Amino acid sequence: MTLTLRDMSLFVLVAILIIGTGYFQGVNTALTLLNFGLVSAIMSLGVNLQWGFAGLFNIGVMGFVALGGLAAVLIGMPPTTEAIAEGGARMAMAMTMGAVTIVAAVVAYRKLEPGRSRSLAVAGIIIVGFVIYRQLFDPARDAIEAVNPAGTGFLGGFGAEGLTMLIAWPAGGLIAAGAAWIIGKTALGLRSDYLAIATLGIAEIIIAILKAEDWLSRGVKNVVGIPRPVSYEVNLQADPAFLERAQGLGLDPVFASALQVRVEWAVLFSIVLILLLVLAQLALNSPWGRMMRAIRDNETAAEAMGKDVTARHLQIFILGSAILGMAGAMMTTLDSQLTPAAYQPLRFTFLIWVMVIVGGSGNNFGAVLGGFVIWFLWIQVEPASQVLLSVLTSPLADGSALKDHLLDAAPHMRLITMGLVLLIMLRFFPRGLIPER
Amino acid sequence: MTDILNAVIVILNFIIIPGVAYGSQLALGALGVTLVYGILRFSNFAHGDTMSFGTMVVIFATWGLQSLGVSLGPLPTALLALPIGIAGCALLLVFTDRSVYRFYRAQKASPVILVIVSMGVMFVMNGVTRFIIGVNDIRFADGERFIVRARDFRDWSGLDEGLAFRTSQAITIVVAIIAVALLFWFLNRTRTGKSMRAFSDNEDLALLSGINPERVVMVTWMIVAALATTAGVLYGLDKSYKAFTYFQLLLPIFAAAIVGGLGSPIGAIVGGFVIAFAEIALTYPLKKVLGYLLPESLEPDGLVQLLTTDYKFAVSFGILIIVLLFKPTGIMKGKAL
Repeated sequence: MTLTLRDMSLFVLVAILIIGTGYFQGVNTALTLLNFGLVSAIMSLGVNLQWGFAGLFNIGVMGFVALGGLAAVLIGMPPTTEAIAEGGARMAMAMTMGAVTIVAAVVAYRKLEPGRSRSLAVAGIIIVGFVIYRQLFDPARDAIEAVNPAGTGFLGGFGAEGLTMLIAWPAGGLIAAGAAWIIGKTALGLRSDYLAIATLGIAEIIIAILKAEDWLSRGVKNVVGIPRPVSYEVNLQADPAFLERAQGLGLDPVFASALQVRVEWAVLFSIVLILLLVLAQLALNSPWGRMMRAIRDNETAAEAMGKDVTARHLQIFILGSAILGMAGAMMTTLDSQLTPAAYQPLRFTFLIWVMVIVGGSGNNFGAVLGGFVIWFLWIQVEPASQVLLSVLTSPLADGSALKDHLLDAAPHMRLITMGLVLLIMLRFFPRGLIPER
Repeated sequence: MTDILNAVIVILNFIIIPGVAYGSQLALGALGVTLVYGILRFSNFAHGDTMSFGTMVVIFATWGLQSLGVSLGPLPTALLALPIGIAGCALLLVFTDRSVYRFYRAQKASPVILVIVSMGVMFVMNGVTRFIIGVNDIRFADGERFIVRARDFRDWSGLDEGLAFRTSQAITIVVAIIAVALLFWFLNRTRTGKSMRAFSDNEDLALLSGINPERVVMVTWMIVAALATTAGVLYGLDKSYKAFTYFQLLLPIFAAAIVGGLGSPIGAIVGGFVIAFAEIALTYPLKKVLGYLLPESLEPDGLVQLLTTDYKFAVSFGILIIVLLFKPTGIMKGKAL
């Protein structure tokens, strides 16, 4: 724990900014901002683990976050019994067939002598496997999607409720870790900018899967009403004990219930963040962390010292992705809906990168600080530029086309601001707000 | 016999013609990426947004020309506006280089840092473009829409299948050929072009022979602006202009450049067509084609679509991974920095 006075004051500054939001825009707005800031900080920690510790250039953040969101659906939504009866078993068979095909192809590739016969064998396995897979998969998918397509049309999940919904968070981490293992096995040997393109592509593919596979995630029909681990406002408002407490504090029950729910989220998220931060700090200062940084700074030297660079890279890629998946599951439970079309790389990949770079890559506290600062800017730049533009355009006549256009365009100011913040930081403070020590 | 002809027409209409057009667009985009990589030695993530910005300038110029009553008759007015767009885009890129990239060049920053810097540039360019033109779907193609209409073709040939050839596709192919010919002439025949290739091959040696690096870099950005704007306008004429589809083009463009071999112009063109054809062929339902070719008893029931169009990214990515794993320098052996 090495925080200087300067670092502390930066955190205090963020706290003041959030409290200021509460003062000017309402407590609930500030708490929402805080909750998303907490999730952002966790994502930022995940990227920092990969980039800051190990120098892995993963810009597929969005994919892992979305997989976490899928976990929230799979854990939280009630099972669609009829769909499972219709197509569940066949779907499981199809998936098994797909997995068997891939494993068989990999085994054939490894075991056979290189040459034409090997290429033919691998191609044969893949083609035959793909045909059988589609024969199994297509009817299973159709059967599942045919069950009440307007309401469900997907397999559903385990139907967790209340606090058991918390399982979704580690489950999100687990799914993301599994995906990271597969991706890492194929792509991690690539040099940094190829890895970047590869992960960018993988993220798009994961989103494409979520959009297209209705039987799994309802696709673009979205999943709404994912249960949450905290109280519901309506239940609180119907609870006499709660009403009494609210009255005792002199609060409006609607406002008080919203407040209570947000505080519950904030507490849960803070626990996760602090836990992860402590773990990341311990990892950073352990021999393992020093080894990681040694690998990052000079792979050849680390390899000469007997370190297994590929295995360590895979390890930290999985760990970082698991954190991203967990944060993704947290965010989806907070939203209580999964909307695959909402996953945009600028928001879910590059914004997280801005957080890490601005906060200070290689420093966990920096990453967390960056998460809060950048999220605050992301949220507040829009109203600020709205005000700014309305002041700037005030000389123009009301209803003039230019004025309307400029006022409509205010939301896009946040992208420009993020870019400028990143460029300015890279130029003048390339090591971030809290540099690596 | 007619069955075979029908099948050929279907393939031509739904795979070959769109594939050649899309491939040309990707090839032009990939050429820009590969040039930046060859000369400035980093992967430019802002390339999609550069295309978007250039296209935006062209759209405004097109609207301006249209309001003045200028048109090219059957051809889209945007072709006339293209030089204005290129100039606007070149100004932006040269300004970006002066204000952003030059600093890191002087520092000899590692390529990874430059990639992250280009992410910042990407944010700004994306925001500026959205700020100016908004996020709506814009169609700016005017003039004659078709060279060959499906119905006319059917009447003329007496076949069941129609063949449509859109003006935008023809223009794409012709303009792409001209642009590539100009580029290769420039790189191989002019003094500046040769100095660019020398700089790309061996920076130190080029500096020793008195090549001015700043000039090479400026010229590169201008050529990149021309290529990016052309690619963006052709894509926009063929489909439509939308700020964020251009951002998404980044992936197939990068895949094309890498598959062909980063740093190799010919590779970028080959890569563009490989990616485009793979994307279209693997996501096209082959039912019709097989229906014509196979005897009735073997006719497929399903669509025989290997992948739904949602997975077109997966195709570029799959090819990318296969090439990188088995031939890391790409088909045409680019440079491995």
